Parts: sequence; structure tokens; C-alpha cells
Amino acid sequence: MSRHLISIDDLDRAAIERVLDRAESFEEVSGREIKKVPALRGRTVVNLFYEASTRTSSSFELAAKRLSADVVSVRSTGSSIDKGESLKDTVQTLSAYDPAAIVIRSPHAGAAQLVAGWTIASVINAGDGKHEHPTQALLDVFTLRRRLGSLDGARIWIVGDVMHSRVARSDILAFRRMGARVTVCGPPTLIPRDIEALGCDAEATLNNLHEADVVYVLRMQHERMRDSFVPSLREYAARYQITSARLNPGQLLMHPGPVNRGVELSGDAIDSPQALIGEQVKAGVAVRMAVLYELLVGSPMLMAVA
Amino acid sequence: MDQHRLFHRTGPSADLLVRGAHVLDPRSDLDETHDVLIRDGHIAELGSPGSLPGPEDGETIDASGKHAFPAFVDPHVHLRTPGQEYKEDIETGTAAAATGGFCAVIAMPNTAPVVDNAAVLGSLTATARREARLPVGFLASITRGLNGEELTEMAELAEAGALGFTDDGKPVVAAGTLRKALQYQRLSGGVIALHEEDPTLSRDGAMHEGAVSARLGLAGIPSVSESTMIARDAALTQYEDARVHFQHLSCAESVRTVAEAKQAGARISAEACPHHLTLTDDVVRTLDSRFKMNPPLRTEADRRALIQGLRSGVIDCVATDHAPHARHEKEVPFEEAPMGTTGLETAFAALFTELVLPGELELQTIVERMTAGAALYGLATPRITVGAPANLCLIDLEASFEVGADGYASRSENCCFHGRTLHGRVLLTVAAGTVAFRERMLAEAGALT
Repeated sequence: MSRHLISIDDLDRAAIERVLDRAESFEEVSGREIKKVPALRGRTVVNLFYEASTRTSSSFELAAKRLSADVVSVRSTGSSIDKGESLKDTVQTLSAYDPAAIVIRSPHAGAAQLVAGWTIASVINAGDGKHEHPTQALLDVFTLRRRLGSLDGARIWIVGDVMHSRVARSDILAFRRMGARVTVCGPPTLIPRDIEALGCDAEATLNNLHEADVVYVLRMQHERMRDSFVPSLREYAARYQITSARLNPGQLLMHPGPVNRGVELSGDAIDSPQALIGEQVKAGVAVRMAVLYELLVGSPMLMAVA
Repeated sequence: MDQHRLFHRTGPSADLLVRGAHVLDPRSDLDETHDVLIRDGHIAELGSPGSLPGPEDGETIDASGKHAFPAFVDPHVHLRTPGQEYKEDIETGTAAAATGGFCAVIAMPNTAPVVDNAAVLGSLTATARREARLPVGFLASITRGLNGEELTEMAELAEAGALGFTDDGKPVVAAGTLRKALQYQRLSGGVIALHEEDPTLSRDGAMHEGAVSARLGLAGIPSVSESTMIARDAALTQYEDARVHFQHLSCAESVRTVAEAKQAGARISAEACPHHLTLTDDVVRTLDSRFKMNPPLRTEADRRALIQGLRSGVIDCVATDHAPHARHEKEVPFEEAPMGTTGLETAFAALFTELVLPGELELQTIVERMTAGAALYGLATPRITVGAPANLCLIDLEASFEVGADGYASRSENCCFHGRTLHGRVLLTVAAGTVAFRERMLAEAGALT
């Protein structure tokens, strides 16, 4: 049993499905006029964000509030973190408020796991470096399951900067666990050596993109050009941009946001009915409510994969 | 022989009889049970078990069932003095060395300030004369402030006691700079020791590049970052007929490259570390910063190649690269933590447990390679032979211990073997004729009379 959600590896298929089922019931709450249930009344959730974030931090905040928790949000700018306080001291200070959960976003791999060793609160990884972003993967699976019914046998292509993407890593693990076949595709400079060890295939071109049932596009960050991972955005877009023309009518399109319109995705693709991007954002709140609920209230708790 | 380039606090000369230990010294062709009489800090007599009387003013140690080896020499440690004494200093670092059965260590110059001039080296040797429990040799840097550009006053530094030169912690990136150092070596003497890494390949890497780094999303340090630089510098060494020592080999390609260069006649030697010989990048999955070091832990195939290299002699010696860091520095996310593991207190036990007990290497090979660092730097090799200065360690191969359970002699605790149970407990270390370490149980058990 795990009190924390650090990695998709903490969840077996049954645990993922339990979270998704719970999220379905919370979707209903989000449709009400009074979007609140009293599940976490009197309990405190701390959001500790060491990186800029809009959708993850706001959806965690909304999720906790809709469960009636008290929420404290701490950002690295304008806090004691700015004054050089170590992660350990910050976490121990915040733990003095006896939070039920700490949600942490950090630019460094393993930060959530370290935090779990320093607090009695449940720890939720909201993104640690390029390592993992498990709640994003859960909401991606949630969105796909709604559309497809099941991920079993689905062929999912993850396209773009896999090397620097925590979303890609958590998604590969989660999609595989739910029965999908995963292919990663991108410039060879941005596909990590030995990525196949995660149980996926790797492709350098979009030539076989037609195989995919789902095309999951990653954000292409501008600083990758500076480090010469790709020669130019123009060349990247020419080879890897997903456009309506490159998609078959039946293929579903996903993106974790924020989108660089005109770089990894063309405008017409973003706005096409194949795109599930808006549904992903919407699923964020319900799925994060479900994670909080399962960790703090649910019984049995999330089972760790032994 | 260059013993005057070793510095330590002189202690009382040992007078003691080690009775009935299994004495193993490959260079003296000794591999049998003996009494070893140490008188006035020298090995005075070797005799069949029970044949030698105990010294009148000294102790007798019942060492039956224990092993006596020539004490070990570590050609690669970081003692952190001057400037980083919160991590380690000469007193605690040499205490850790003695605890691990070492009788001499060679300290790296990447301190604050860097050991790049005779004044800093002079103050360091003076400190060692006050604080070092056992002989310490010092390397000076190749370039000023490790800047990779301007050579240090190598000749003056050698005169002031430097055993050799290294920019350890960093590579000498510019081939032209290294070439000048190799040429200048004809004047200064002293081994030039190289930390090999191409920073344009290793970049901001935190661990070995491979399946584990792909899983963790950590930037990887490819093994070719090391081996391509070794190939380049072996060629330069041969061209200048210089003498170079390659530090901490970590991968199969490096072993192959060193073997080929030796075959071609280059005057090179190489070392490998206990952690690279016993662990792989698989342990980094825990993201425990104790497993973060440079060069990084690599794959099982690399580990196998290192073992084979040590066995064949392509790798000449074992070095710990003992690199202490304070707890607060290591208690941070993996990418943020400094590189390095301590190693002096666990080197023999790690190699014995992970390589000798499973039958990978012979015990005598380990003993030979853990003492071979001395000769590479022109120092006398510890020997168990009549007339030699007493440099000997007594080890209970049966005794196991949990690493770190009783704390460390080192000021730091960033040991990659922390929490593991290892076999081979050091009971006694005699270094330069003085008892430098005595295990607590040895006294409590009444073994000493």
C-alpha cells in the first residue's frame, strides 16, 4: 500500500481503474451548481510549486477546494525558497501545519520521493524534473478511456521532444499498463538512448503515423534550438508538426499543453474535432480530486505494484 | 623511491607480535600462517606459528583465523583541506584511511584554494605533518585554478613535494594544454594523472546514459565521453613519450582503449574504483544521491570489463576516489547533489564481498591491486618482509558488518555502500611503523595483552 503518488509505477492497472472510476463520479460534482463535496472538510492540502505552472497548479487547487479542503499554495518566487531555504527545511516547516497532503512540482527528478521521506503527509508528484508527471498520465488515460472505452490494443504515438518530457515517461508507463502499444517519435537528438527499455518502439519519422489510433503531441520548447537539438523550428515543423493533413480522420489528437501553435501543432489540427485537448484540461480537476480522495479517504488505498 | 614526498605526524614506533595470522603478500610469495614480529616500527622477524616470543615492551595479538596483508595504498582521495574542512580534513580523512586498512593515500588538489602553487602545497604538507595519521602524498594541479589553460609551476611544485599533477574533477579539455604539460614533465618529473571526460559529451549529465537514465529522465553521461578522451591522451602520451596515469576507469571502451595503448607501448597506467567494480547504474533507480559520482556507475557489461581489466592487469590498481560531502549537500534532489562517494572505509570489504567471495577475483589479486598504486607514483610498495617498514593490516574475513551502522571515521557519510552488509572487517592497521588504527572489539575482546 502506498500513501503517496510519486510514479505511475506506484499503481497497478486495478488501482488506475479505481482512480478513473472515482474521477467519473467527481465529474458529476463539477457539473453541479454548487461544485463541492465535504470529503476533505477540515483537512489541509499544501501545493508546493517550484516551477511555473498554470493548469496543474490551478486544477490541483480547484480539486482540493471542491473536496472542501483548506488549501495553501506556496510558490518558489516570493517565498522563503527565494531566500535560499532548502527543500527539506521548507517541507518540514510546511509539515508543521499538519497537512493531509503535499502536492509538489519541482524541476528536479526525485524531489517528490525525497519529500515523502521528510513528512507524514501524503505526497503527490505534480511533476519532478523530466522524470514523471503521474496525474497528467492519469487524466490522459481518463480522457482516452472515455473516448475509446478501453485502451487495450490501442496504438498510441507520442511525438516530439521525448527526452525532456516527464509527461512522455509517465504516459508511456500508464498507456502500457492499460494495454496500449506505444511508439515514440521525434528527432533522434530528442529521443533518449535505450528508450525502448520502457517498453515502447521508437521512430525517427512520421512515415508510419497512419498506424496510430491516437497521436499524442509533446510541447517543443524554444530553448532546445539554442542547445542545437534541432537546427531550426522551421525544420522541426516541416518534419514533425502534426497538421490536419497529416492526420487520418479517425485518429485522436492529444497534447498536455501549453501548445506552441504553429510549431508542434498546426492551428487547424488544434481546432479540429479530433483534438481532445480541451477534454484533457477538463479531466484534470476530476482526476486530481480522485487522486486526493483515494490517497486521503479511499479504502482500500492505492495499491503499490510489488 | 620517494618516501620523502609523503607527509604525516610521526607516532610511536610499534612493538608488537601478530601471532598466527594467515599472512598473504603476493610480492613476497607469502601465503601461509605465520607469526609477524614488529620491532621499532619494522618487520623484525617472520616465524612459524607460535615460534616467536612476544616483545618485552610490546603487545601480542592473537591473530589466529585472521589475515595479515601488506597495508593498502590509495592513489586517489579527496581530503578537502584546505577550504572544505566541513566535508573532511587531513585528520579525519587519514583516520578513515587507517580504518580501511590503508597505510598511505594520495590527495587530490581540487581544494579551495586549488593546490596550484608551492605556498599552498607548503602549508598543506605542514598541516599533514601535524594531523595525518598516516603518510599522505599530494598531487598539485596541472593548470592554475584548474582553468585548463595555464600550466602551474610544475618544477617548483615537484621540488616542494608534489608527487605528480592532476586537474582531477575536471578533464584537461584542450589537447594543446595537455601536450605542453606532458612536455614539461621532462623537467618537473612526477606522474600526470588524468580525469577523462569530454564535457561537450557529458554536458550536464547526472548519471550513466542508458536505459536507466532514459527511465528517470536524467541527463546522461555517455561512456564515450571518457573513452574518447583516453584514446586522445594515450596518443599524446605516446607521442611525447610522457608518463600518464588514467584515473577511475568506468567503462568497457576505456579498458579496451587502455589495453590497446599499453600494447602499443604507451607509458600509461590506470586505476578503477571499488564502486565501479561492484555496482551498476541500476541502483540509481532509487535516486539516492549516494549513488551520484563522476564518472557514473555504468552497466553490468562495463562492470564485467573492469573486473576483467583488473584481473589481467590492464587496470594496474584500485583507487577509492574517496569524495566526502556534507549531509546537507547530498540531501537534495539527485540532479542537485554534488558528485562523489566516500570509499576508504569500505574499499577492501566491498571488493572482498562482491568479487572475491563470489569467485570473480582471487584474494591475492585484490591485495596486489590495492597496494600497486604506490609504485605507480614512485613510492615504496608495502611489503611483509623482514627489514621492511611495518605497513600491515589485519583483517577478519569472517566478520561482517553493516556499513555505517557504527558511524564513520570520515567526517562525511555519503558512502554508496551505506546499509549494505559487507564481509572483511579491518582489525588493525600499522602504517609507517605506527599503529594507525585498532578496531574497538580487538581491545575489548582482550585479544591484546
